[in-house]
Amino acid sequence: MDNALPAASAPAAVDLAFTVNGSPAKVAVDPRESLLDVLRERLDLTGTKKGCDHGQCGACTVHVDGRRVVSCLTAAVQVDGRAVTTIEGVEGPDGELHPLQQAFIDHDALQCGYCTPGQVMSGLACMAEGHTRDDAEIREYMSGNLCRCGAYAGIVAAIRETARRTGH
Amino acid sequence: MSQLSERPVEAVVGLPLPHESAALHVTGEALYTDDLVVRTRDVLHAWPVQSPYAHARIVDLQVKPAYDVPGVVRVLTSDDVPGVNDAGVKHDEPLFPDAEVMFHGHAICWVLGETLEAARLGAEAVQVEYEPLPSLVSVREAIAAGNFQGTGRHLERGDVETALTTAAHVFQGEFEFAGQEHFYLETHVALALVDEGGQIFVQSSSQHPSETQEIVAHVLGVASHAVTVQCLRMGGGFGGKEMQPHGFAAIAALGATLTGRPVRLRLNRTQDVTMSGKRHGFHSQWRAGFDDDGRLVALEATLTADGGWSLDLSEPVLARAMCHIDNAYWIPNVRVDGRIAKTNKTSQTAFRGFGGPQGMLVIENVLGRCAPLLGYDAMELRRRNLYQPGHTTPYGQPVRHAERLEACWSEVVRGGEVERRQAEIEQFNAIHPNTKRGLAMTPVKFGISFNLTAFNQAGALVHVYKDGSVLINHGGTEMGQGLHTKMLQVAATTLGVPLERVRLAPTRTDKVPNTSATAASSGADLNGAAIKNACEQIRERLAQVAGSRLGLHAHDVRFADGMVRGLQGGSLSWDDVVLAAYFQRVQLWAAGFYRTEGLHWDANAMQGEPFKYFAYGVAAAEVEVDGFTGAYTLRRVDIVHDVGDSLSPLIDLGQIEGGFVQGTGWLTLEDLRWDESDGPHRGRLATQAASTYKLPSFSEMPQVFNVHLLDKAHEDGAVYGSKAVGEPPLMLAFSVREALRQAAAAFGPVGTSVDLPSPATPEAVYWALDEARSAAPVPSSFSLSGV
Ligand code: FES
Ligand code: FES
Repeated sequence: MDNALPAASAPAAVDLAFTVNGSPAKVAVDPRESLLDVLRERLDLTGTKKGCDHGQCGACTVHVDGRRVVSCLTAAVQVDGRAVTTIEGVEGPDGELHPLQQAFIDHDALQCGYCTPGQVMSGLACMAEGHTRDDAEIREYMSGNLCRCGAYAGIVAAIRETARRTGH
Repeated sequence: MSQLSERPVEAVVGLPLPHESAALHVTGEALYTDDLVVRTRDVLHAWPVQSPYAHARIVDLQVKPAYDVPGVVRVLTSDDVPGVNDAGVKHDEPLFPDAEVMFHGHAICWVLGETLEAARLGAEAVQVEYEPLPSLVSVREAIAAGNFQGTGRHLERGDVETALTTAAHVFQGEFEFAGQEHFYLETHVALALVDEGGQIFVQSSSQHPSETQEIVAHVLGVASHAVTVQCLRMGGGFGGKEMQPHGFAAIAALGATLTGRPVRLRLNRTQDVTMSGKRHGFHSQWRAGFDDDGRLVALEATLTADGGWSLDLSEPVLARAMCHIDNAYWIPNVRVDGRIAKTNKTSQTAFRGFGGPQGMLVIENVLGRCAPLLGYDAMELRRRNLYQPGHTTPYGQPVRHAERLEACWSEVVRGGEVERRQAEIEQFNAIHPNTKRGLAMTPVKFGISFNLTAFNQAGALVHVYKDGSVLINHGGTEMGQGLHTKMLQVAATTLGVPLERVRLAPTRTDKVPNTSATAASSGADLNGAAIKNACEQIRERLAQVAGSRLGLHAHDVRFADGMVRGLQGGSLSWDDVVLAAYFQRVQLWAAGFYRTEGLHWDANAMQGEPFKYFAYGVAAAEVEVDGFTGAYTLRRVDIVHDVGDSLSPLIDLGQIEGGFVQGTGWLTLEDLRWDESDGPHRGRLATQAASTYKLPSFSEMPQVFNVHLLDKAHEDGAVYGSKAVGEPPLMLAFSVREALRQAAAAFGPVGTSVDLPSPATPEAVYWALDEARSAAPVPSSFSLSGV
């Protein structure tokens, strides 16, 4: 097939040290490996989902030093020495849900749930960035996150309500 | 009220509950098939060798070079198949095509590697020599070449010829419309391993584990009892995982048997899009007759489904399309011929609505085009043709509860302030030469049940443990539609226990055998009735135990809220009754079964009553179209939909919204393009990613979106009075397409009939409005263009 990548011999592994959800992680990676694959396949953090692997769906959204990135288009080596937060790191210290997580449940902001971790991570970033003035702005700043089940109305409602309640 | 539909007072069904896995989803804990890989040791990864031709003979296949790639463990080819080399049930779909590739992207063989990268490089190294053959890519090419597959169908009522000869107005046209890529966010995936004694265990993202099991078994040449298939949940299915997962599961299972190691086959997005089937595009040719009052008197149509390279589910999809060409309208004389084109494309398959949307799109297109020519407002034309009580469908089934169409319609008109807004739109359009608005209303009537009567059966297994906790299992799969949530509610209601006492175990073929696909919107109807049946058996036994303790007849005790109460007073806790029953050696588990009664269908004559009931709904959509670009916005949508007495209102509202959004995607955004040129990439799907295949996103959401469930909508024939909801709302999106047509028409003189392609992308809308703009005032006698 014309879309297959050219053959290449594997380059030398690179040692990578970063923080994931507050804990240190050390792993030797292929410099071509994406952060998404390292999280899912090496660190067993399967909450972050792969929808397209092309930066087009948002299912793999995580935070690096507090800013959202699509982890499928982030080379793992780029996060050396930085702090990564995934969906597994959103709950409070005693396992209590973040208000946005609770709002997703209350507003039925999901169906199959596959996009949900990415939506929550993007929603948190949206609030932190202050892009929650009205529904139109929420839609605009969430537009990189697809939901094929079409739970958009619930997602917007969950973000709107949480932003209002937490003063964002 | 039937025994099946009767709902107790303190029911758990009907409560607006969140999805049962919601807390797992928002924390990322919910497991999907591919999440199990890191929990499995020594997994091998699979990569396909895909054809670069739409149609070619395989002259030579050399797999040896792949073994020179470090990390390659095994290459799977047709020579490895111990059983039947077939991925389907029609035996027209070789799992490994050994003579001929039938579409661009067709997988010839699969490479297993220690890593995905090794498998990919191994697949690169495989050498295939092809001899390209002539191909048919578009449905028109297949029609011209007379290349069809499967059984054509004919549906007829009344005397179409006479009716069309004597009708006051007759129009005809041709309309071809596109299919749709499922784009479930989780791609196809299977993880197979061999247990003790050669028992195969396959975890598969499958809507139809029983059929996955059957096909894995026939490929491996073993009996069904040697294969267990489990589906934890799917990251979306939409019909795309009804037939399509089987071959992938079989490859993984074959690899696991040959290597003795677990095999993971997970398609990347490009592979998924280029290999798996989609919604069928259709070609249609039609003639329609109306009387002077705008009433349909006859419809004649030929539907050609673009089936792709093999049959898959094309025959039942075609049957459902033909059975829905009436949508919600009474048409006394009907003649429909249906056939399936064979083209060199992916094998098109089930997609939410299963042909129903395609049939209905034909009649909605007819009405949308003819209304201005008849001098009617399209809304009025649709309303006056709605089914009325007493009418029957072209295939002879009475349209029970037809009055609900009118009920939904008038509620949308009232709640959506449709008359006021129509007047406003008229004013707006009069003063805005370069921006026009349109407001359209369309109805939905959708038949519920599998067309094939045999599939309308289901099983369940319910365990009550000594401590009073309950575990349920059923044959349906969860893909986000909330089936498991509803099933928990049904069990809690029937046993009269709080919801938290009930837990649900994953869908597995060794728990409930011979299940039907979770499809046709019937998951809750069928499995719910089977769970209810199992729970009733247990409840009746427990009623005996409780009755004797309370000194009452078993008929005189009631189960609710974790208590067993005597009608004449006295009560016991559920837990105490369960424990007492255990010590009395009373069976605390039961297998439940259900088959839908009263169905019959003659597939050859296309006559009978294939559906248990109809689901109804009506939508109004308002759009604004820009005359310079064709770009549009969806200003407001109002929906009233009939879900019976809802089992789970929050879930149902989500299904209606989501179905509508997906339907809007199909009709307005999602533009599948195959390379139809004679160039080197002929047959290649040009829209392989979300960058070129536009999916509905937050940005396309209606600015105002009001969804209501129809009140007083008890359905006598279904579990706790509910109705199916998975598919019907998708077709509410016709309202958006028709609103676009009307807005485009508003750029032209009064009476302009707009020919709108599907999908009605901004580009398509631009050309349509541009044609309307340059149209001369409409003559009184007319034949539609494109004939
Ligand atoms: S998987 Fe990263 S954006 Fe889709
Ligand atoms: S909930 Fe299924 S993709 Fe969003």
